[in-house]
Amino acid sequence: MPAETHTFYEVMRAQGTSRRSFLKFCSLTAAALGLEPFYAARIAEAMETKPRIPVLWMHGLECTCCSESFIRSGHPLAKDVILKMISLDYDDTLMASAGYQAEAILDEIPKKYPGQYILAVEGNPPLNEDGMFCIVGGRPFVNKLKEVASNAMAVIAWGACASWGCVQSARPNPTAATPIDKVITDKPIIKVPGCPPIAEVMTGVITYVVTFGRLPELDARGRPLMFYGQRIHDKCYRRPHFDAGQFVEAWDDQGAREGYCLYKMGCRGPTTYNACSTTRWNGGVSFPIQAGHGCIGCSEEYFWDNGPFYQRLSPIAAGFGVEATADEVGGAVAAVAGAGVVAHAAGSIVKHVYGKKRSGTNARSGPDEGDRP
Amino acid sequence: MSAHISASNPPRATHARVSAPVYVYHLPVRIWHWVTVFSIATLSVTGFLIADPPWPVLLGQPSNLFLMGDIRVTHFIAGDVLAVALLVRMYWAVVGSRYEREIFMPAVWRGSWWRGLFRTIRWYFFLERETAREIGHNPLEQIAMFAMFTLGVLFEIVTGFALYGQGTGYGTWAYQLFTSWVVPLFGNGQILHTWHHLGMWYLIVFSMVHVYMTIREDIMARYSVMSTMVSGWRFFKDDRDDEEEGV
Ligand code: HEM
Ligand code: SF4
Repeated sequence: MPAETHTFYEVMRAQGTSRRSFLKFCSLTAAALGLEPFYAARIAEAMETKPRIPVLWMHGLECTCCSESFIRSGHPLAKDVILKMISLDYDDTLMASAGYQAEAILDEIPKKYPGQYILAVEGNPPLNEDGMFCIVGGRPFVNKLKEVASNAMAVIAWGACASWGCVQSARPNPTAATPIDKVITDKPIIKVPGCPPIAEVMTGVITYVVTFGRLPELDARGRPLMFYGQRIHDKCYRRPHFDAGQFVEAWDDQGAREGYCLYKMGCRGPTTYNACSTTRWNGGVSFPIQAGHGCIGCSEEYFWDNGPFYQRLSPIAAGFGVEATADEVGGAVAAVAGAGVVAHAAGSIVKHVYGKKRSGTNARSGPDEGDRP
Repeated sequence: MSAHISASNPPRATHARVSAPVYVYHLPVRIWHWVTVFSIATLSVTGFLIADPPWPVLLGQPSNLFLMGDIRVTHFIAGDVLAVALLVRMYWAVVGSRYEREIFMPAVWRGSWWRGLFRTIRWYFFLERETAREIGHNPLEQIAMFAMFTLGVLFEIVTGFALYGQGTGYGTWAYQLFTSWVVPLFGNGQILHTWHHLGMWYLIVFSMVHVYMTIREDIMARYSVMSTMVSGWRFFKDDRDDEEEGV
């Protein structure tokens, strides 16, 4: 259903939220965003005066893990985001309506609120064969995506699919699955990568946008700095073991039981920007490394092509269908070079000694000695 | 390059006559050379240890141990030394002699350079009786120095500081100058690690051939090689000019 122009506060009060709970909600939100306490009042004011922002949530080639993550958000609760903070007017996996009635909303909202709604995209469009690898409502997803994006205020690219391409774009990417920012180039895009992104990161981004009416500060690649400004490794609680040089060598060794660093088991924490080691998952219960499994780097571009995940050095396609690590490739090249050096040295010795014999003195001393060895 | 130190062609020599030595490498270049040798060796050893820590499981409290930390900081300090030394060396390429510029820009626009290159290639294939008279590097060495050494080291420095910036974090100089554009170029940090690692092997292969060629030329060429990088002087073993034979 199209959004009516109610403020957040009006909607919350209408749903039975007391003023006290509302203010509590605002302080919690400020805390979740890492803002000063003073901002709680700003958030309250914004929610009392600003109309709810319409959000259209489209799904392309994806696995819905972003939605699965999102609905588990604890701070703020996903239901609060959907029912109170935003006006989620279209989301084919969550909405009650279906068919033509549902699809009509995608035409209606952009007309009614031009430049005022947010387009959230989960998944990405495959571009090969005119987009025929992903059909939604009888039309290629890429066409609908472009139409709906054309009037949007901003686009949120949920997850590794929309941000980077993810597994459906793994080599050789037969469908040409393409991240959102390569298809939509004239709108501000915020990337929230991860497979899936952390629930609180997703709701945190939405809260920020609706509260301040603008995108949070992004890094050069379009990720919100407050969640993607640091690597897993920078805040990992196993980091002291890394610096000490204490590594797990096998899944069942003493180091694993002691909770040592998972670097040698292939942990991608040192190259992965995400908030898992601070925010953690499922309301702060745990995250992969805490569960004893290395990070696979799911919020990084190309992570899907950097496996095996249990190996420190990623293999490179060495050619002829051979996959080898940098050490295997480098070692082989060095061995060939070494053999070349030895063979050449042998030839040089022969030439040197032979030249000496011929001239009786020195191979390079006389101008008129034999021409070639 | 047919490098002549005298404009006129001297007469054919007797064995006793050698041309005067030439001062080719100034002190900064020689110091730079050995500092670079030392830092690349340190970077390679620590690089291997970082990529795949070989020591057995260390038990005990992490507060008492800082092995990985020490290895990494050694790598970073050696990396800083390598980079600063290269900057000094680049400055010297501008103010120094033409021989000190060769590793940054071989004179590929000169016909004589190409003739020298083919002559050197024949020499290495045992098809040429003797080397040309080189004051600086021979053309093949110049190309190898440029493509394998200069570009290789630059590549390691750029990728190395990009990795370093991931650790120092958003907003730091290493992040702004390198990480911000290098990581997107390679895709992600893990791929960057792989390339940085491959770059090491590139330099190792260069070093192997470089050391071999240095020893070989010291014995077989018509001029000194190894002592030149210590004293700065190029000594000649005869005073003949180049003959374009076997062309
Ligand atoms: C001759 C030059 C160099 C060589 C041979 C070298 C070698 C290596 C190797 C083999 C690795 C491990 C890569 C992997 O994960 O597979 C590494 C990591 C690294 N290098 Fe270098 N490196 C060089 C120069 C530099 C420079 C100039 C810097 C800049 C400070 C640098 C900074 C780093 C950093 C930050 C890492 C990652 C350390 C970590 O993840 O803990 N390197 N290097
Ligand atoms: S477990 Fe992973 S993220 Fe944590 S310190 Fe070790 S390498 Fe870094």
